[in-house]
Parts: sequence; structure tokens; C-alpha cells
Amino acid sequence: MSIESQIVQFLFTGIALGSIYAMVALGFNIIYNATGILNFAQGEFVMLGGLVMVWLSVTLGLPMPLAFAVTVAAVMAVGALFERLAIYPLKKPPVLILIIITLAGSIIFKGSAMLLWGKKTYSLPHFSSEQPIAVLGATILPQTFWIIGFLAAVVAALALFFNCTMLGKAMRACSFNPTAASLVGINVKRIVLLSFAVSAAIGAIAGIVFTPVVLMEYDRGTMLALKGFCAAVLGGLGNGAGAVVAGLLIGILESFGAGFISSAYKDAIALLVLLLVLVVRPGGLLSRGEASRLKDF
Amino acid sequence: MLRLQNIHTGYGDIAVLKNISLHVSRGEIVTLIGANGAGKTTLLNTICGLVRARSGSIVYNDRPVTDCSADQIVRLGISQVPEGRQIFAPLSVLDNLRLGAYTRAREWGKKKVQERIEQMYALFPRLQERAQQYAGTLSGGEQQMLAIARALMADPCLLVLDEPSMGLAPLVIAEIFKAVARLRDERKTTIFLVEQNARTALKYADRGYVIETGKIMLEGRSDDLLNNREVQRAYLGRQKQPIWE
Repeated sequence: MSIESQIVQFLFTGIALGSIYAMVALGFNIIYNATGILNFAQGEFVMLGGLVMVWLSVTLGLPMPLAFAVTVAAVMAVGALFERLAIYPLKKPPVLILIIITLAGSIIFKGSAMLLWGKKTYSLPHFSSEQPIAVLGATILPQTFWIIGFLAAVVAALALFFNCTMLGKAMRACSFNPTAASLVGINVKRIVLLSFAVSAAIGAIAGIVFTPVVLMEYDRGTMLALKGFCAAVLGGLGNGAGAVVAGLLIGILESFGAGFISSAYKDAIALLVLLLVLVVRPGGLLSRGEASRLKDF
Repeated sequence: MLRLQNIHTGYGDIAVLKNISLHVSRGEIVTLIGANGAGKTTLLNTICGLVRARSGSIVYNDRPVTDCSADQIVRLGISQVPEGRQIFAPLSVLDNLRLGAYTRAREWGKKKVQERIEQMYALFPRLQERAQQYAGTLSGGEQQMLAIARALMADPCLLVLDEPSMGLAPLVIAEIFKAVARLRDERKTTIFLVEQNARTALKYADRGYVIETGKIMLEGRSDDLLNNREVQRAYLGRQKQPIWE
């Protein structure tokens, strides 16, 4: 394989990987904007998305589109339930306690998934053909394009939701100024519930499109949450465009690092990037200085 | 219309409001004046459901609302214009107004919301010129107009204003107060106004309460309060003159 085709190969692998990180980071941001919480159970939504989809489409044999819709709805329900049971009942809790609750949630989700699905690794058929497509000497799986397409669809849907619907604008109003939002009659608690449901849905979509390429098992969520968290911080917490750019960047760096240096350092790269960002530019790549000083985290 | 009885409120160990009782009747402009830290904003936030009263009761239109949440209060017809405007800076002026009608949007439909927005433009023509601008780019006076218009979008019976004169030039303050007085005269909106700028507030109000360190010290008709020696000394900047005899 020539060096050019290797570069193309790593680039596409990185973009696919990065799309998943970007979706996880978007999930982080939506909840962060609504509540100031970092939801460390975000990776578990991805894992649940993958495993529920496998159960519905492989074990039960539902057709793909139906299984897709049911999976997203089911994981959304899990996210909403999680908020109602673990976050909602608390009265004015400090943000740090809420974050620790989400960590506990992630452990519970992981444990339940292990009880339900065991420690086996599950696979899912590709959405379309598994025949790789040759681009400049590199071989690219069609699923890669599905992943990129779904990221684009999620971003477009979110942009539409936040800029063109009343509910989306109410959510932005809440993240900007929760007090003023409740004074115009927005039920802030309901917006928090919605943010968990939407984040869970994005996580589920990421899990579904990702599973055919990398397989899925009960403990995949933690590492995905960590990488997604790196992407969210790199992009500037709460910044949607930043999350997408940073997610793709981390995916690409990881893929090149694994290809040209050693795959043993694959996971270290994202964390290295995180450390660098926190030292050099704590507000994230796309941040404006003043905003980051006002945040709790 | 609104009646507070023996309200106590506090944060943590600190008691802020001590045994507050007051009432606002339909069609009145009532003002609450007091210095920094007297508990004015806390009192408004207790009425609007942002802060829970520890004891006492709030009755609005013969209905107890002491334990209502902030969004329920808005639905019942009390809207607050918060201190320091608190508009949604990253959203456009138009979106700020639309969000003001958030609680009514479903029952009203698009057309009535649009009509309501037109009425706000009639009240504050400057907002129409700036409709597509980000709210954060408006001047202080325009932001205050937007904050009032946003609160009015929900079609409140009682409008509660928290220091509308804060940080504004005297001419702008006069404009805002005139608009508020017009609201009462033309729309019969009842107004409860909290101010540090006692002279202006008493000029436009029918009645007033004076709050000091969480207690109501005085109440009365605006003219009487304006002529009250104690009020003049403490809030209107009258020189204290030694009294011989």
C-alpha cells in the first residue's frame, strides 16, 4: 500500500471513529447546556443503542428501519427514566453531586447490560453491502459512509431543532438564563428531562451505526464516554459546532496515531489531546475567552 | 387581586423577609421602595414562585398560590420583568417576544401570537426596528423595553417590575414609566413596581410600601409618602434639619 492510500485509509477510518465521538460529545453538550451537568452515562447510551439494536434486529428478526426506531425510542425512555429517578427528585443539588450520580448511573447501566447480554461481543449486519469501495487505493467500508451520513443528519436535525422550533429556542433560553426562562413560564425541569431524552437518542443512534464496524459489548460505553468527553472539552463545553470539529479531529488523530506510531497508544492520544487543551486552551478550540471563565467546569 | 399575609422567606440560616403583609388591588399601580438588600427582589421572587415562602400565604384572585411553581404563576397571569432585564441575549428580539408567549402559544395559535407581537411593537416601536437583531446588541433602554414586552406577551393581569430604572438615563426612565402608566390606563393591567428610585416610582404609583431590612415600615398613598419626613430623609435625599424646640 502506498503512503497516499494509507493516508486516505486512516483518514476515513478516523472520520468514522470521529463521527461517533462527535455524537457522544453532542450528547454531553445538550445535557451540559440544560443543566451544567457532565453526564458520564452518555457512553452507556451508545452501548445500549448497539445492544438493543442487536437484540431487536438479529435475535427477534425485526426489519432494520423498525428496529432502529424502536431502539432509539427505548434508549430515549431509559435516558428520561434515569433523569426522573436520579436527577429530578433532588432539590437544588450541587453540580458535582449530580455528576457523581451520572457516574453511578453509568455503572448501573453497565452492570445491567452485563446481566442481560452477558460478556459476549455482539455483531450487527452492515446497513448495506459489506463490499469495500476502493478510493485512491484505500478500501473503505460502505458503513463508513452511513456513519458520516448519520452524523450529518443528527447535526442537521439539531440545528433545525435549536434554531427553528419554539421548544428548541426554549431550551437555548434555559441554558442561557434558567431564571429568566422560568419567569416567562418555561418549565425548566421539563427541559432538563427533554435534554436527557435527546442526548440518549443521539447516543443510541451512534451505537446503532457504530456496532456493525466495531462490534458491541457491555463495557464499551466507558471508553466512548471518555473520548466523547475529550471531544466536548476540546470543542469547548456546550459548543455544538466545536463538538463536531473536535470529535472528528480526535478520531483522525487517533487513527493516524494508531497507523503510524503504534495501535497500543490509540487510547492515549485522546487523553493526551485533552491534557494539552486543558493546559494551553482550557476554554476549548472554538471558545471565546470570557465565556469559559464563567462556567463551573 | 394579590394579597400576601405574614410572609417569611430566607436563604439557609438567613431570614430575609420578616412577616410581610401587603395587597395589590385590580387596576392599581403599587410600588415597593427600599434600599439595597432590603429584600425587595426576594419578595418579588417569592410572589413569582422562584423562592419558597417559609410561612405565610399568597392569594391571587381568591386562589392560594403560595406553593405554585414559576411557570404555573405565569400561566395564572402574573408576569415578572426581572431585575437587570435578563433578556435572552443570544436570541433575536423576535424570538425573545415569542418565548414570552411560551405558556400561551398552544392555546393561542400562531396568528394570535403574531397579533400580540404587533401590539408590543405598537407599544415600543423601537423593538420593531430591531426585530431581527440579537437581543444582546440592544441598548440598555431598548433591553428594558424588550424585557417588559416579553413579560406582556403572556397577557398578564398583574405585571411585576423589578427596578426598571436600573442603569438607565433619566430620559429613558421617563419613557419607560410613561409606558407603564399607559399600560394601566389603556389595558387595565395591574402593576406592582419595585424601585430604589423612590421619587419617580412614587410619582407614577397610586400607593406605596416602604421596606427596610425585610420588614414593611410604612405604607400609604403615594402623595402621603412623598410628603412623609422619614421617607424624604431616607429615600428622597432631603437634608435632615435639626429641629429646635
